[in-house]
Amino acid sequence: MAQHESTYQPNTGVERWLDDRLPLPRLMHDQVNAFPTPRNLNYWWTYGGILTFCLAVQIITGVVLAMHYQPSAEMAFDSVEHIMRNVNWGWLMRYTHAVGASMFFVAVYIHFFRGLYYGSYKAPREVLWILGVIILLLMMATAFMGYSLVWGQMSFWAVTVITNLFSSLDSIIPGVGTAIVEWIWGGYSVTGTTLTRLFSLHYLLPFAIAGVVVLHIWALHVPGNNNPTGVSVKQNSDTIPFHPYYTTKDMFALTLFALLFAWFVFYAPNYLGHADNYIEANPLQTPPHIVPEWYFLPYYAILRAIPNKLLGVIAMFGSIAVLFLVPWLDTSRVRSARYRPLYKWFFWLFVITCLVLGYLGAKPPEGAYLTFGRIFTAYYFIHFLIIMPLLGAIETPRATPKSITEDVLDKASKGDGDAGAIAGVSGAPAAPETR
Amino acid sequence: MSISGDSRRPSRTLRGAIIALSLAFVGTGLGTPAHAASEEPEIAKQPWSFSGVTGHYDRAQLQRGFQVYQEVCAACHGMRLLRYRNLGEPGGPEFSADAVKAIAAAVEVPDGPNDDGEMFERPGRPADAFRSPYANDNEARAVNGGALPPDLSVMAKARSIPTHAAFAPLGWARDIIAGYQEGGPDYLHALMTGYEDAPEGTEMVEGMHYNAAFAGHQIAMPSPLSDDLVDYTDGSPKTVDQYSRDVSAYLMWAAEPKLEERKRLGLRVLIYLIILAVLLYLTKRLIWSKLEH
Repeated sequence: MAQHESTYQPNTGVERWLDDRLPLPRLMHDQVNAFPTPRNLNYWWTYGGILTFCLAVQIITGVVLAMHYQPSAEMAFDSVEHIMRNVNWGWLMRYTHAVGASMFFVAVYIHFFRGLYYGSYKAPREVLWILGVIILLLMMATAFMGYSLVWGQMSFWAVTVITNLFSSLDSIIPGVGTAIVEWIWGGYSVTGTTLTRLFSLHYLLPFAIAGVVVLHIWALHVPGNNNPTGVSVKQNSDTIPFHPYYTTKDMFALTLFALLFAWFVFYAPNYLGHADNYIEANPLQTPPHIVPEWYFLPYYAILRAIPNKLLGVIAMFGSIAVLFLVPWLDTSRVRSARYRPLYKWFFWLFVITCLVLGYLGAKPPEGAYLTFGRIFTAYYFIHFLIIMPLLGAIETPRATPKSITEDVLDKASKGDGDAGAIAGVSGAPAAPETR
Repeated sequence: MSISGDSRRPSRTLRGAIIALSLAFVGTGLGTPAHAASEEPEIAKQPWSFSGVTGHYDRAQLQRGFQVYQEVCAACHGMRLLRYRNLGEPGGPEFSADAVKAIAAAVEVPDGPNDDGEMFERPGRPADAFRSPYANDNEARAVNGGALPPDLSVMAKARSIPTHAAFAPLGWARDIIAGYQEGGPDYLHALMTGYEDAPEGTEMVEGMHYNAAFAGHQIAMPSPLSDDLVDYTDGSPKTVDQYSRDVSAYLMWAAEPKLEERKRLGLRVLIYLIILAVLLYLTKRLIWSKLEH
């Protein structure tokens, strides 16, 4: 099903002429209009479209903001306020961009949890998954640099703390860490020079993200979508054309997402931020609590859970790096957690772990907070490195449906029953899905 | 290989253990009382005309608040991001054009150099930025015993109250649903009404003043307000409480001058999106109805 036959029919002379030279209309028709998509995708599959929307919003608002922003230590803070006060619709651009970063992370985290629940990283989608992790890393770098541009107290001290992490390399080869940090700073401390290079990279990276997104979609369109059953597409009746079925479903979901987005932009624009960032950066005054934006809190908790600075940094980057290995750490033959009675529980335990780490990341690293930070940090890695490989060996998956069609039609004839219940009726053995 | 007799389900004990473990994790993680509550004083939320979906500023209140700023705060605090013209713009105090000109003209503004290369002072114009009380930070510190009176342009957004520091289940969700963004004025009001005698046994640092709302309770700024200090002409009560409400509202406007425009547009955007969502849902249902799913 992967490389479906082209159904494009050039109807006009212009289309025929173009089709022989640059068959862009054919590409769009085959990959968007007619693209065979599993007929059973649920609303958790709408986040791909939502994320594309988020990226577009960030780039458009960001380009406009860059027309009015001044990346210098003296003018950065005031130029942001200039945008808020004197630029027509500047407040809308800036609040949309700031809230948009948070919404981007809401969507990307849901997208990742979706992938983890339904085994979307398993063969033949490993490259698709890895590209997703690369996009996440690029997003994190971009968001961090963007936050620094506000040049408020939190911006400044976040840059100081995070860039200083590289100095931990001194404990391997003395001097190397310091040299790297000074190279990043362009001096002996965070200054306007640092700000200017962060601005340059903040403008560059979103386009790198867009490039990897193209690869991500390409890697999606070769094997095709996974689906809630995790059973591969086997026959024509398993799929429906992307348009109009998923264009309408995605548009509806996107509109609901836009409602949440708009609520924050218009009625709680500063809720997700930190009041201290409305105080201009002051290198001589450290804020009482340096706290990152909410989407970095779990990693911050992991960083602080480990008493050794270098090991803490390694654990923090390791918490993302481990995601690259997920396709091989999961040893189960079955993709979807729907048919994995044990994994399902551990999945939710992992979700809770991430939420608790986020909560702990916002708290001072002392007393019970630190103790729990260590327990949950340990469990974060145990989930990937021990539980995932082990479950494949000890878990007996439930029977998966023979095909997507069978699952859908069974459910349609019985009403919305639990998919697990009909799996018994079909009596199919747990089919080996991975290669 | 199976870990229990029934190959389809995990054993009851294992399941129970996992549930118990998850609940314990959630319970311990979220139930730990926050330390911050003891460090930072509780500050009550106040009613503001500009809160909520249809919130808007009270013009008379903003004008009174500006009066308090002019006659009291401006002696030490600048507002460098504001221009006098802002006072007449829609969504603010909306002073008349003549009033704005008069307010600006009352201030001597440094300008130059002129054709002879000399710097000079001239009466302010509406396009000028608010004049700061000090030439620079060093002068400000010298005059104020080493303390720097901060600029107040975005003060109402640079301060907040620890809304969910105290144990409040889902307090954060309540704040999102309410669109709570008034932590700044709530704090400023508490600060300006928070001056009181230090409790017995408090070691006060030389030159500091006790304030119930201030973190650490020792603030360099002496109590700025007292009853009958500012002469209101509209019959509003001349009390510290009223002054502090008015000037907090004024500072909120100064920090967020486009609030009314934002909330008005927001309501239209939300209504548009809700209608669009309903139409798209019906479209989606119609299209999918041709398909068994």
